[in-house]
Amino acid sequence: MKFIGHLDVMRCFQKAMRRADIPISFTEGFSPHMVMSFALPLGVGLTSSGEYMDIEVDAPVPSKDAVRRLNEAMPEGLQVLSFRQIEEGKAAKAMTLVAAADYTVFFKQAERWPKDWPERLREFEAKEHIIAAKKTKTSEKEEDIRPMIGRLEPREDGIFMTLSAGSAANLKPELVMEAFAAHCGITLPEPDLGLRINREDLYGKKTAHGAGSVPWAEDLISLQDMGREIES
Amino acid sequence: MRKLALSDEILLSIDKPARYIGGEVNAVWKDKDQVDVRVAMCFPDVYEIGMSHLGIQILYELFNRRPDVWCERVYSPWTDLDKIMRERDIPLFALESQDRIRDFDFLGITIQYEMCYTNILQILDLSGIPLLAKERDDTCPLVIGGGPCTYNPEPLADFFDLFYIGEGETSYDALIDLYKEHRQRGFRREDFLADAARVPGIYVPSLYHTSYHADGTIASFEPLRGDIPPVIQKQIVMDLDAAPYPLAPIVPFIKVTQDRVVLEIQRGCIRGCRFCQAGMLYRPTRQRSVENLKRIADEMLKNTGHEEISLSSLSSSDYPELEELVNYLIDVCGGKKINISLPSLRIDAFSLDVMGKVQDVRKSSLTFAPEAGSQRLRNVINKGLTEEDILKGAGDAFAGGWNKVKLYFMLGLPTETEEDRKEIAHLAEKIAVRYYEIPKEQRTGKCQITVSTSFFVPKPFTPFQWAPMCTKGEFLGHARTVNHEIKDQKNHKSVRYHWHEADVTVLEGLLARGDRRIGAVIADAYRHGALYDAWTDEFKREIWEQAFVNTGIDPDFYTVRKREENEIFPWDFIDMGVKKSYLWREWQRAQEEKVTENCRAKCSGCGAACYGGGVCFESKN
Repeated sequence: MKFIGHLDVMRCFQKAMRRADIPISFTEGFSPHMVMSFALPLGVGLTSSGEYMDIEVDAPVPSKDAVRRLNEAMPEGLQVLSFRQIEEGKAAKAMTLVAAADYTVFFKQAERWPKDWPERLREFEAKEHIIAAKKTKTSEKEEDIRPMIGRLEPREDGIFMTLSAGSAANLKPELVMEAFAAHCGITLPEPDLGLRINREDLYGKKTAHGAGSVPWAEDLISLQDMGREIES
Repeated sequence: MRKLALSDEILLSIDKPARYIGGEVNAVWKDKDQVDVRVAMCFPDVYEIGMSHLGIQILYELFNRRPDVWCERVYSPWTDLDKIMRERDIPLFALESQDRIRDFDFLGITIQYEMCYTNILQILDLSGIPLLAKERDDTCPLVIGGGPCTYNPEPLADFFDLFYIGEGETSYDALIDLYKEHRQRGFRREDFLADAARVPGIYVPSLYHTSYHADGTIASFEPLRGDIPPVIQKQIVMDLDAAPYPLAPIVPFIKVTQDRVVLEIQRGCIRGCRFCQAGMLYRPTRQRSVENLKRIADEMLKNTGHEEISLSSLSSSDYPELEELVNYLIDVCGGKKINISLPSLRIDAFSLDVMGKVQDVRKSSLTFAPEAGSQRLRNVINKGLTEEDILKGAGDAFAGGWNKVKLYFMLGLPTETEEDRKEIAHLAEKIAVRYYEIPKEQRTGKCQITVSTSFFVPKPFTPFQWAPMCTKGEFLGHARTVNHEIKDQKNHKSVRYHWHEADVTVLEGLLARGDRRIGAVIADAYRHGALYDAWTDEFKREIWEQAFVNTGIDPDFYTVRKREENEIFPWDFIDMGVKKSYLWREWQRAQEEKVTENCRAKCSGCGAACYGGGVCFESKN
C-alpha cells in the first residue's frame, strides 16, 4: 500500500464504502460526493499502523458490523481496525484535531550510520535549536524544527519519534532524519533516504492550547480514544 | 506480504508505482503449484489504458474460471521504468505473482490498434523472449495474439507463434486442453503448433507461405502442410447470455481511463458504415437480453464499488430494449449516487430526455458523428445521419439547455472533393445559427461547437479496403481548407477546430494493410528506439522514415496505391463471414453514391447469416 498515493487511497476507500454498503452521506448538488476526509495524508513510500478518517453516515452502523464489512471489501494491505462515533460539531473533522504523530524510522543499511549513533541522537535531542531547510512546492526556507520534536528514542536499527502534525505545525520524519544525518556527518541516498518509515499513531490534544504552543506527552490523546464504539 | 519484482528504491523513483505492484481488489490469486497452465495476458500499452479494456477482463474471467489455469496481467512499462529495466537487466513480470513472464506457458497479447506494434516488441524484449518466433525454443512461452488487428495479422507474423482470430470465448478451452495434452506427453513446440493450427480460429503464421508477383502484390498464400486449413474461420459467440462476463472486474488503485463498470449490451452493428472495420468484423449483431444485463449491472456495481456505469456497444440506440434498460439503471443508480454514461447514442427525443436525467446539462456536451460534411459524401460512406437529423437534434438540445456540441468528421474519404470539405464548416455554422435563433434571454451564453477531424485510414475487411489513402501533404491541405472555411464564417468565434496528426495516420494505414514484409520495418523501428507510437509526445517520425530506408520498403505501395478487384490481400485467408464479393459490391455502390440499408431494415446479403443467428434471423424467430 505504501506505493499508493493519498488521493488513490481515498478513492479506494470510497469504492470500499460502496462494496461494504455503508450508508455514507453525500454532499448536495449535481455532482454529490461522499462526506469523507482523512486526518493526515500519508506520503508515498510510508507505511502506517494508525491512520484515521472521518465519515458521515445517514444511519448508524454497529462498530463490529462495520469493521467486518469494510474488511471484507478491503484490498490486501489495508485493514480497518475500528469504527467509532465522534461527537458532532466540535470534533466533526479529524483533520482539525490532529496535533502530533508517532513514527518509527528504520535504517535499511545500518552500516551507513556511525556505530555510536544512539549517543549522537542524545546530543541531537539536547540541542536547543535544530535548523533545517523545509521544502514546500515553491520554496525552501530554513526553520527551527526543534520545537516540533516531542520525543526521539533509539530503537534497534531505528528511531522512534513523536512530531508535531496537522494543519498548525507539521514536521515530516524525513526532515528530522536529514537533520540528524547532517549532525552525524553523513548524507542519505535518494529516493527514500535509505529509510523505512512507519507512522504509528495520530494524536489530538486533551486540552486547548493557544497558537504556537506545542502539547507533549501528557497532553496527547490518541484519535482512537476520542470516539466511542457503536453498539448494535 | 506478496513479494514485489521491483525494489522499493526503483518503485519510489518512477512515476505511478501502482502500475506495477498488482494486488488490486478482485485480482485473482492462485497457488502456482496447484495450476497446470500459466497465462500472462498483455495489453501492450501503459497500465491505465490496458486496465480500461473490457476484452482483457473477459479473457481474465474466462481463463481463471478454470481451476487448472492461472491467468495474470502484464502491461507495457512506461518509458521511465523501461529504461531502468534495460539498464539493470530486470526481466518483465506479471502483476499478480510478480513472476517472470519468461517462465509462463502462454503470453497472450491483445492487439487493439496498429500504433502499439513496437510496444509488443518491447514486451517480448523485456521478457527475454526472442523477437522472432522462429528463434524461440521449447522453454519460451507461446506468444499468441488476438483482437481486431489480428484480422490482418501479417505485419506481425514474424513475432507471434499463434494468432487467435475472433472472439476468445469459443476456442481457448480447446487450445488449453491441447496444450496440457502436449505437456503430458513431452512438449515440443513444433508439434504443438502443428496440432494447434487445426483448432478452429487458430492461425500459426510459420506454417503458411506467401509468394509475390513482380509488382509486389501477393501471388499466393498457402499452408506448408496438407493437414492444416488454408482458410481460418473467424470465431464468434452466438449466445452472449451464455458467455462468461466479468461480474467482479479488477478495481485499480490508480485512476484509469475507464474507471467505471462497463456493460457490453451488444456486439456488432447493423449500420454498415463503409469505413468502419468493427461494423464489418463483428457481424452479425448479437445482443444480451435486458434481464441478463440488469443482473450483470447489479452484480458489477456491488462487486466493484464503482461510482459510474457505462454502456458499451458500437451503436447503443440500436439496442431494442434500450429504454427499459436505461430506466432500470436510472432507478437503481439514482439513490446510490451512481453516474450513468451513455456513449454512442443517436441524438433524438428519447436520448435527450434520458441525458437530461443522467447528466448535468450545463456541463455536458452533445456529440454527433456525421463523419462527412456533405450529404453526397455521407451517402458514399453509408452514414445514415442527415443534415436535418443533426439540426433538429441540436435545436432540441439547445431548447433543453445544452450549449456545447461536438462534431466528428473524417478527411480524405474516397471521392471527397474540396466542396465536401467546406461543407464541414458550413454544417458547424448552421448549428451555430440554430443556437442564436433562440431568443437571447433564453440562451445560456455563447454556444461552443467543437469540430474534430481525423484522417481516413482504409482498413481490411471494409468496402474501402480497395481505396487509396491520401498522402500526408494532402491530409494537411484538407485540414487547412476546413480551418480557413471555418474562420471565414460569421459565427467562427463559436466554433473550435481540431485536427489529428498526419504522420501517425499514414503509418497506421501502412500497418493496417501491410503484409509480412512489414515485419522487418517494425523490428527496425523498434531497434532504433520507436516505442509508444500511439502517444503523440513519444512518436518519432524519423525513426520510421529511416526504417523504410533500411529495409528497402516503399510505404506508398501500402498506402496510396489503388487496388484492383482481383488482388489477393494479405488478410484474404481469413473467413470472417462477410464475403469479399459483398465488400466489392459495397465499394461499387459507394462510388455510385448509393446508400445500403441497415441489417434490420433490409438484409443486403453480406454473408454473416452463415453463423445462423443474431440480427440475420431476428424476424424469422
